[in-house]
Amino acid sequence: MSALYTIWLRDLTRFLRNRSRIVTSLAQPLLYLAIFGTGLSSLLSGTSSLGGVGFTAFVYPGVIGLTIMFTALFTAISVVYDREFGFLKEVLVSPAPRLAVALGKVASGSTIALLQGVLTLPLAWLLGLPLTLGQVAQLVGIMAVLAAVCTALGLLVSTRLRGIEGYNVIINFLMMPLFLLSGALFPLAGLPGWMNVLVRINPMAYATDALRQVVLAGAAQPGFLAASRLHPVSLDVLVLLGFFIVFLVPAVRAFSKQE
Amino acid sequence: MSTVIETKGLGRDYGDLVAVDALNLEIQQGELFALLGPNGGGKTTTVGLLTTLLRPSRGSARVAGYDVASQPAEVRRHIGVVFQGPSLDEQLTAWENLDFHARIYNMPRPLFRQRAAELLALVELAERQHEPVRNFSGGMRRRLELARGLLHQPQVLFLDEPTVGLDPQTRRAIWGYLAALRQQAGVTIFLTTHYLEEAEDCDRTAIIDGGKLVALDTPAALKATLGGDVLHIRVTDVVAASELLRQRAQLEPRQGPDGLVVEVADGPRRIPEVVALLDGAGIAVQAVNLRRPSLEHVFIKLTGRAIRAETAEPSEALGQRGRIGRRERGGGR
Ligand SMILES: Nc1ncnc2c1ncn2[C@@H]1O[C@H](COP(=O)(O)OP(=O)(O)OP(=O)(O)O)[C@@H](O)[C@H]1O
Ligand SMILES: [Mg+2]
Repeated sequence: MSALYTIWLRDLTRFLRNRSRIVTSLAQPLLYLAIFGTGLSSLLSGTSSLGGVGFTAFVYPGVIGLTIMFTALFTAISVVYDREFGFLKEVLVSPAPRLAVALGKVASGSTIALLQGVLTLPLAWLLGLPLTLGQVAQLVGIMAVLAAVCTALGLLVSTRLRGIEGYNVIINFLMMPLFLLSGALFPLAGLPGWMNVLVRINPMAYATDALRQVVLAGAAQPGFLAASRLHPVSLDVLVLLGFFIVFLVPAVRAFSKQE
Repeated sequence: MSTVIETKGLGRDYGDLVAVDALNLEIQQGELFALLGPNGGGKTTTVGLLTTLLRPSRGSARVAGYDVASQPAEVRRHIGVVFQGPSLDEQLTAWENLDFHARIYNMPRPLFRQRAAELLALVELAERQHEPVRNFSGGMRRRLELARGLLHQPQVLFLDEPTVGLDPQTRRAIWGYLAALRQQAGVTIFLTTHYLEEAEDCDRTAIIDGGKLVALDTPAALKATLGGDVLHIRVTDVVAASELLRQRAQLEPRQGPDGLVVEVADGPRRIPEVVALLDGAGIAVQAVNLRRPSLEHVFIKLTGRAIRAETAEPSEALGQRGRIGRRERGGGR
């Protein structure tokens, strides 16, 4: 337990020390919103199929998800950096159980991604979507699960690869499809079968689905959310927890076995 | 006295490359043990095997009474390691690096604070303890790594080229501290080094080359295997001189990094004879230097190579300094 906390504490210390990184990652969601919201909504003006909310509001839950995924995947790279810069040896030669070390990494990555996710919540007011305390609590819960899923995925990739470039290649390759097929930019109802399959194996789809249901709960026309959703929020979260286990177990196993 | 490190037929491959082979060692408690070897000899691999970072391909090893393969957690609890390569978190301060170490080794907080202050003073980093390591010079980082390796008071210390890049007075200070530690606390120290004068100060020295142990004994005994004194002779025609000395003086010259190297029983007396002989044959003698046998000669004799000599102090006589023949193989063996 103390090893887990020690790993977590170090990563958080490093994160909080890195001010520029916090600022850039704050600016990022704003930028996405501006691009997707403004750019795409002018293209789509006149469409009324979004339950009466503007396109920007429709995209907003996806941007929360994207921010978390982005942060989590790029935080998990710290495992690769630690290996590359030698610090991992200090950890691996210590009596800290490997399991605790791996879980500490997941905990720190998830915390950082969650923090970044929480920082995107004030944007809701800007978009005219005031959130109740209950909504915020639900969102934090969903974000925490998504952050854990993405961090575990990042850890899994990092244990399979040696260099930093290798990690970046894989992550960049994964990130776009995960985002585009998440339903962040368009409703998932009525997609062709093969695409539907890809959506179903995409954790981001369940996260976006859950986040959107909570964010738009008060704003969308009654019936819109129920008609366009994948699953009820609780089932989405369960599926996400399933993904977490599926990524975490092999990641921890590989981490423990490494030399 | 009990055996603290014991290896039986220990070996490790990287793909087709045999990095360490059939290593049999037995190191007693409180011993200061040096592993010498050329670049790529297998020193770091050996340290990796003994510290559980690498899994053995063959054989077994016990450290502090535990098997490195089947009880790695127990081994880790009893050892301290200073790695050859960097292993600090550059974004954290010196103090935070030590703090991380203390936490991950479960040290009681008061003990940590006391030891950390002590060790930072020893390695002369007390004044800069709250600066991020990123601002530190190479030598300062090395000193911090040393302090960190000692922090949790390990029973067995593994030091992979610990003093590379340190200035002479820091090396001496660290060396003195290690000696005291061994005397007072009975700590066993296993180190690899390129500084032969450090190896001379060890209880026993092993020489490893191409992954194989080629010698293992006290420095005195190793030196005794050389025939007494060593003459370094610098001449214009090395080949002819070598042939002449072999036939007419019954000597066994080898080609060293800086001319011929000859082992003789009674050096001072043989010099005039050797010089006269070479002179008579028309071979110009540029310099003759007499040296008492050193581990360096043992090393050259056994591995056919000069040890990489990044010595901080210029080496004596014959103008031989800096790095000598890193790659080239001395002939005559
Ligand atoms: N990770 C690795 N993968 C493949 N080969 C390796 C690896 N690590 C070491 N080797 C090889 O194993 C051999 C022994 O290397 P090792 O690092 O143990 O040498 P060393 O004695 O520590 O050398 P140096 O004095 O340069 O530190 C070398 O031939 C090296 O190329
Ligand atoms: Mg080495």
